[in-house]
Amino acid sequence: MLRYIVRRLVWAVPVLVGISLISFLMIHMAPGGPISVGTDLNPKATAETRARLEAYYGLDRPLYVQYGRWISRMARLDFGDSFSPDGRPVAEKIRERIPITLTINVLSMGLIFLVAIPIGIYSAVYKGSLFDRISTVFVFTGFSIPTFWLALLLMILFGVKLGWLPISGIGSLEYHSLSLTGKIADRARHLLLPVLLAGFTGLAGMSRYMRSNMLEVIRQDYIASARAKGLPERTVVFRHAMRNALLPVITILGLSVPDLLGGSVIFETIFAIPGMGQLFYQGVMSRDYPLIMGILTIGAFLTLIGNLLADVGYALADPRIRQG
Amino acid sequence: MRRPSRRFAALPALALFAVLAGCGGGKKEAPPDNAASVPDVPAYGDMIVEGSIGDISGFLSAVTSDSASHAAAGYVFNGLVRYDKDLKLEGALAESWTISPDGKKITFHLRRNVKWQDGAPFTSSDVMFTYRRMIDPNTPTAYGDAFKQVKRASAPDPFTFVAEYARPFAPALESWGMDILPKHLLEKYPDISKSPLNKKPVGTGPYRFVEWRAGEKVVFDANPDYFEGKPYIARVITRIIPDQATMFLELKSGGVDTMDLTPPQYARQTETAEFKKSFNRYKYTASAFTYLGFRLSHPFFRDKRVRQAIAYASDKKALIDGVLLGLGQEATGPYKPGTWAYNPNVRKYPHDPARAKALLAEAGWKEKDKDGVLRKDGRTFEFTVLTNAGNEARAKTAAILQQNLAEVGIRMRIRTVEWAAFINQFIDKRDFDAVILGWSISPDPDQYVIWHSSMTGPKELNFVGFANPEVDKLLEEGRSTFDTEKRKKAYFRIQEILAEEQPYVFLFVPDALPVVQSRFHGIRPALAGISYNFNKWYVPKALQKHRIEP
Repeated sequence: MLRYIVRRLVWAVPVLVGISLISFLMIHMAPGGPISVGTDLNPKATAETRARLEAYYGLDRPLYVQYGRWISRMARLDFGDSFSPDGRPVAEKIRERIPITLTINVLSMGLIFLVAIPIGIYSAVYKGSLFDRISTVFVFTGFSIPTFWLALLLMILFGVKLGWLPISGIGSLEYHSLSLTGKIADRARHLLLPVLLAGFTGLAGMSRYMRSNMLEVIRQDYIASARAKGLPERTVVFRHAMRNALLPVITILGLSVPDLLGGSVIFETIFAIPGMGQLFYQGVMSRDYPLIMGILTIGAFLTLIGNLLADVGYALADPRIRQG
Repeated sequence: MRRPSRRFAALPALALFAVLAGCGGGKKEAPPDNAASVPDVPAYGDMIVEGSIGDISGFLSAVTSDSASHAAAGYVFNGLVRYDKDLKLEGALAESWTISPDGKKITFHLRRNVKWQDGAPFTSSDVMFTYRRMIDPNTPTAYGDAFKQVKRASAPDPFTFVAEYARPFAPALESWGMDILPKHLLEKYPDISKSPLNKKPVGTGPYRFVEWRAGEKVVFDANPDYFEGKPYIARVITRIIPDQATMFLELKSGGVDTMDLTPPQYARQTETAEFKKSFNRYKYTASAFTYLGFRLSHPFFRDKRVRQAIAYASDKKALIDGVLLGLGQEATGPYKPGTWAYNPNVRKYPHDPARAKALLAEAGWKEKDKDGVLRKDGRTFEFTVLTNAGNEARAKTAAILQQNLAEVGIRMRIRTVEWAAFINQFIDKRDFDAVILGWSISPDPDQYVIWHSSMTGPKELNFVGFANPEVDKLLEEGRSTFDTEKRKKAYFRIQEILAEEQPYVFLFVPDALPVVQSRFHGIRPALAGISYNFNKWYVPKALQKHRIEP
């Protein structure tokens, strides 16, 4: 097992380099560049200004030199400085966005698992029942409804009409003068709508997945034999069927690891949440190469780690694979 | 809300956000002050929360280029000069200035007793330092060119600064509106963009920096030692809310005090009595215009009569009604109506399809194919207009123009392209028939880079390829004298020629539509908009909503 993990980790290095090379080429191929924002259609910027700015950011060097510089910095875990006028280190910019994105994603993912797994099991066991049909409509409504539209409706209801919840942002203006409990309550009030909405719109996938797994398992011979032994239905469903149906969820969990740090642009824009999605979007729009590369590299790394975790977790949970 | 008029944020005449930038001779449409029972005397205190679509990218405006950052810098820093409520230059850190008779030397007399917010005195050495950093290759600035024109700069005494030029250059004066930087805090940083001041600024301005939380908000407190007196409003918070609809809901629920409305929000969503009780809406001419520009080397558009015909065919009234919901006016040239350089008496092109057809026939477009599209020498009159994706106003403009031109037998296809690709693949390569774009109008009328025949090289801005010897001469004249009367004459004539030649069909000038919570008093709309006197806005004691402990 250990050898397997080590081998996978060693393999991850060339894969990461490959991903970074492709990303690097792609973002440099996109039209425009970091200096476009300030100089395109700017009557005050002459050719000389442009040349000076390109030299400043090292954009006048051949592409392979630029990539070489980037990768040698990366090897020392240095993400470099952002091309944005504030020139702050990319690592710092990413670090300050992680807590809020992670919080929202962990909460909404937790919510999804908490709600979707019971829905999936219940609608599989009582397949075709009224509950099954209603829950299907419910989860697909969440899946299909435009997030921004629902978000605005909820904001109008809870923010403007009823005045119960704040509309956007992640803290009140007086947040920093609040007591600790006040801070927690304030943050919770701000996160309630985004988390509920992210949960609602994400229910469909997980619950349908759980339902079909469960249906698959229930048809197996060992369930029939459990029933034949005369075990109570509860034991059959929860001990024998559910545990087996949950196995593939491990894979989903592993594959969700990169999503933990990936924010949704539309979502964060609507709720004015300063998270990773907005950071990445701004980076792309302003062609902030070091920032884009930094976020893409982290995403690639997390994806590889997530895959590895999923495989290892699966092996630990399922003896057939461990011994196979 | 953007505050271009407080400073030189109009520096980059960025076309992209033209509709949002704004200021102009305007009016308030609500009754003066709502609470008549409250004694209306200026009082210190309270705070204003303004909504901003974009986050800021730094506080040193020399190295930033977005309007949100320039607005933020405007609270903390001052230039030597600034534009007043009538968009005329006045002294800021400079008390006055003199220009030598030959126009080559500008001498600034600086204010005495101005202090940096850390207590150090402001002197001419700070101006000299700023000038040196503007021309330093280690400074990543897009605004260095105006300063490179300076042949010799000197600071003969702590309160005098002299800039000498090789030849008289009128826009040079405006360039000294650049934020002056504190030498004592910045001199040890070779690259000012990497200095702590870009994140925690210290300036001479009306507000002190308190806090910047990236993507969330920026906080400023009034500077009690400001050289023009402490501003009334004790705290300014700029909240970053990237979505217009969310910002509007925040406004209605009290989370934001001021923002810029979109035309639909102004015309349809804020007409209720309840809204008008809590908010004052303002409307004035924005410093921007939208146009249809031709590639003048295109075989169709080489002929002046064709361009004039298209101008007659364009229904500008329908455009203003359809795109701006009536909140704008016809553009007749590249200057802002009401400013000193604007010439109201130029050739106009009222909507007149018959006249358009006659002009086209005169130009040889007589036959029609089976779809009713004009033909000449075996070619049908069809072309593609390009505009940038994501700009709803321009997409609507294109759709209305398409209809207008179809009426006179011209088939116009519409293609929208992502901004960066639009600029790099089409505009820069001159690979277009016609474009719909906008310019923001800077207060100084020098438009040499847009209309002079020498400015047609790669990346240069006369991308339509306009070349007119008289305009060239007038542009050179206009920028090389400080005499406003002479300049006015030159720019008036340029507008006559542009109106006759129609290298662009000038379409419309939108209105800026800011809204401010009604507890804020002292707002006096002028040509420059409403924010030029922001430091004099106040909330009467009885109406104050927040208590600010300094």
